[in-house]
Amino acid sequence: MTNKQDSTKVETTKIDARIPEGALAEKWSNYKAHQKLVNPSNKRRLDVIVVGTGLAGASAAASMAEMGFNVLNFCIQDSPRRAHSIAAQGGINAAKNYQNDGDSVYRLFYDTIKGGDYRAREANVYRLAEVSNGIIDQCVAQGVPFAREYGGLLDNRSFGGAQVSRTFYAKGQTGQQLLLGAYSALSRQIGKGAVKLYSRYEMLDVVIIDGRARGIIARNLISGKIERFFAHAVVVGSGGYGNTFFLSTNAMNSNGSALVQMYKKGAYFANPAYAQIHPTCIPVHGDKQSKLTLMSESLRNDGRIWVPKKKEDAEAIRAGKKKATDLAEGERDYYLERRYPAFGNLVPRDVASRAAKERCDAGFGVGNTGLAVYLDFSDAINRLGENVVRERYGNLFQMYEKIVDDNPYNMPMMIYPAMHYTMGGIWVDYELQTSVKGLFCIGEANFSDHGANRLGASALMQGLADGYFVLPYTIQNYLADQIQVPRLSTELPEFEEAEKAVNDKIKKLMSIQGKHSVDSIHRELGLIMWDFVGMGRNKAGLETALEKIKAVRKEFWSNVYIPGTEGDLNNELEKALRVADFIEIGELMARDALMREESCGGHFREEFQTPEGEALRNDEDFSFASCWKFAGEGKEPELLKETLDYEFIHRQQRNYKS
Amino acid sequence: MSLFTVNNVIINHKVIPNKIVMEKSINITLKIWRQAGPKFKGAFETYKLDNISTDSSFLEMIDELNEQLITERKEPIAFDHDCREGICGMCSLYINGQPHGPDGEITTCQLHMRNFKDGQTITVEPWRSAAFPVIKDLMVDRGAFDKIIQAGGFVSVNTGGIPDGNSIAIGKDIADEAMDAASCIGCGACVATCKNGSAMLFVSAKVSQLALLPQGKVEAAQRAKAMVAKMDELGFGNCTNTGACESECPKNVSISHIARLNREYLVAKFKG
Repeated sequence: MTNKQDSTKVETTKIDARIPEGALAEKWSNYKAHQKLVNPSNKRRLDVIVVGTGLAGASAAASMAEMGFNVLNFCIQDSPRRAHSIAAQGGINAAKNYQNDGDSVYRLFYDTIKGGDYRAREANVYRLAEVSNGIIDQCVAQGVPFAREYGGLLDNRSFGGAQVSRTFYAKGQTGQQLLLGAYSALSRQIGKGAVKLYSRYEMLDVVIIDGRARGIIARNLISGKIERFFAHAVVVGSGGYGNTFFLSTNAMNSNGSALVQMYKKGAYFANPAYAQIHPTCIPVHGDKQSKLTLMSESLRNDGRIWVPKKKEDAEAIRAGKKKATDLAEGERDYYLERRYPAFGNLVPRDVASRAAKERCDAGFGVGNTGLAVYLDFSDAINRLGENVVRERYGNLFQMYEKIVDDNPYNMPMMIYPAMHYTMGGIWVDYELQTSVKGLFCIGEANFSDHGANRLGASALMQGLADGYFVLPYTIQNYLADQIQVPRLSTELPEFEEAEKAVNDKIKKLMSIQGKHSVDSIHRELGLIMWDFVGMGRNKAGLETALEKIKAVRKEFWSNVYIPGTEGDLNNELEKALRVADFIEIGELMARDALMREESCGGHFREEFQTPEGEALRNDEDFSFASCWKFAGEGKEPELLKETLDYEFIHRQQRNYKS
Repeated sequence: MSLFTVNNVIINHKVIPNKIVMEKSINITLKIWRQAGPKFKGAFETYKLDNISTDSSFLEMIDELNEQLITERKEPIAFDHDCREGICGMCSLYINGQPHGPDGEITTCQLHMRNFKDGQTITVEPWRSAAFPVIKDLMVDRGAFDKIIQAGGFVSVNTGGIPDGNSIAIGKDIADEAMDAASCIGCGACVATCKNGSAMLFVSAKVSQLALLPQGKVEAAQRAKAMVAKMDELGFGNCTNTGACESECPKNVSISHIARLNREYLVAKFKG
């Protein structure tokens, strides 16, 4: 293959994902049948650290504690229940085929691979589809109040990228209900003493002893004290890095720092450029905005997306001279239905986002900035009645009205794409183990299952699959060899050095005493990311981004101002530590996007598109997961490649038109 | 009215001329509770804040105040917040005598400045409850809620070996009622607004959700007993049916769940 970037070192090292032999449908069963297990009395002697209490972290911590392992669980919030999984709205996919509409494990697997634009690992995705059904059963048993039909059976709805109804939901609060289910299982284990919970603690480094992860350094966010924790294995489920963009649908405290810590200790950062811009978010209202709010994809079941057909109408609407409801049916361009007749408003997120951007860039956008399109429920209200629509989406409509001050029952919603989810993350093998032994990564934090684009309602599925049904098995294959390892002292020099490095970094930050607030620098980084590493990327823009990010890094490390002291509760210091890492991630994202000279899923390089403006993949040269290996501060990272071989699926250009 | 520019409108890497958007803004005075830590005495401090967009959320307004304080080399105000979508339950704040402020059915992060008038004085305090000690400024410790859940707010099932999700049919009305109870976000507004500092609405929401569903019925009475005992132990007050909790709950959790909790609690007492 050729690589035109002279700035990037390319190695031909092959990365081994350690995928079990055998037919696709038998790999996971075979693996479980032959993996090493740990007997009950030995489990009690093994400590596992789990960082994060979202769907992945909470379910993993609870499940491992139920098995008998001694679990230490960390979260930055005041309670595990507040992890950002709580905000997921629409639903969770599973291949139950309750609707008798032709669904199967294979179809869910196929849709996920296709939705990810053929950039995910077949064996992992098949396993995900396989365990999806057990997740629903598990959650029902925990008392998760999924929506039911009148006959008392579970209800489903449709999500983007699928032609079947396989999405289970609990009103518009599915993430909340699933997380509270996992939280209740976790709480039960905390009550029993099997899990020790550390809330308002933030991981600041992973400790490596003889090449294996053996603990973490964490900061008590109330006292500011830096503490050391040992474990036989470390599991990180700290979520994605979408907040690199400053404005995103992520929670304010969501961050990618644990990922950067792992990366700097030898774990590869894979596919950092694969980020999902979600098509249906409430548009930006002004420059003091702190975050963006998602409007669930489930709304596309009944909402129709359009912009005015004529530019004059769009201009009149932007100037406030016309309203959406003034335009007759024939004056509206339902552009998704027009461009993608087979999937219509339910095309995958990357496709819907780009289509919205295309219309707005061409001058057909609405709202006072011109950066919005309509999501219209008038047809659904006429067909089903307002009550049915209220029943399905009431809480989302209420949320929209509170934020925008406009009633979506009478006037179409205005939406625009926003940064939402990151498919990239820490590289893991089939066992969810990183390239560092004893260091595991689960949920959104890893790179594994969604390829270059995640389908709606699949994040909850993956988080819970990893936490309930995959990691608790695979980690035993590692821990079985650790039963002779005693609980190590945290006085060992490796802990000492890691803590010193953390303290030095904090002291350095506190000593800068510059002019800029942490947020102001973060905002600057976010604008660079949105403009040059967002929905449309190109070579010149990405090179500009790399230059600009360098400047931001310099400004940050020489001119940031953090008030207060380090030995106390200090929100500004917390934010500064995270922004320091967002800068590193931003650079990696731009570097990865520049290297990948093709368009696939959420990664759209303007130079590589079909005549119709669709993403143009290059399987010949880019059928690999890019794995970035840290090479030292100030040095260019090394690029390693995991080749993606498609044994079972025939790759084709994604088609949602027919 | 003030002029306000949206300067981040860049399309295809070409900056298009700044668009001028007319937006309403207000000037306000804030009286905010400052307290250095749990062992320090707290007091109100007064701040003036100008040109706040009425489209800003209440927390974005506090962000702006904090930016201003940081510029003046002063310590910003500590407050809890995270998702800013009204679902994580992290934000709190007693605003002009009301938990989550004047607007109904929302959390503080969803309260918008259009609910306030130009020139208005706004008083901001932390949750006030013996069971929620102040950590710093507007942050309180709600760990007691977690401890109540740990005492029994779950169905005792382990991961794996579960029958099919459709093996038990659950009536739609029952599932919907359980969902309404389950929508509690654990923010603590019910405790903060209650003159007795009771956590009955919070406890009853979980007890009721699980008692309604067949999966949770098995342990219903025992659960009610364990959770109520823990609530009492942690210093929450008694319920005297004032209904204040229900009217301030951002998720509209109904006090009818308290009745169901009382029933389960009585059953547990009879069973001994």
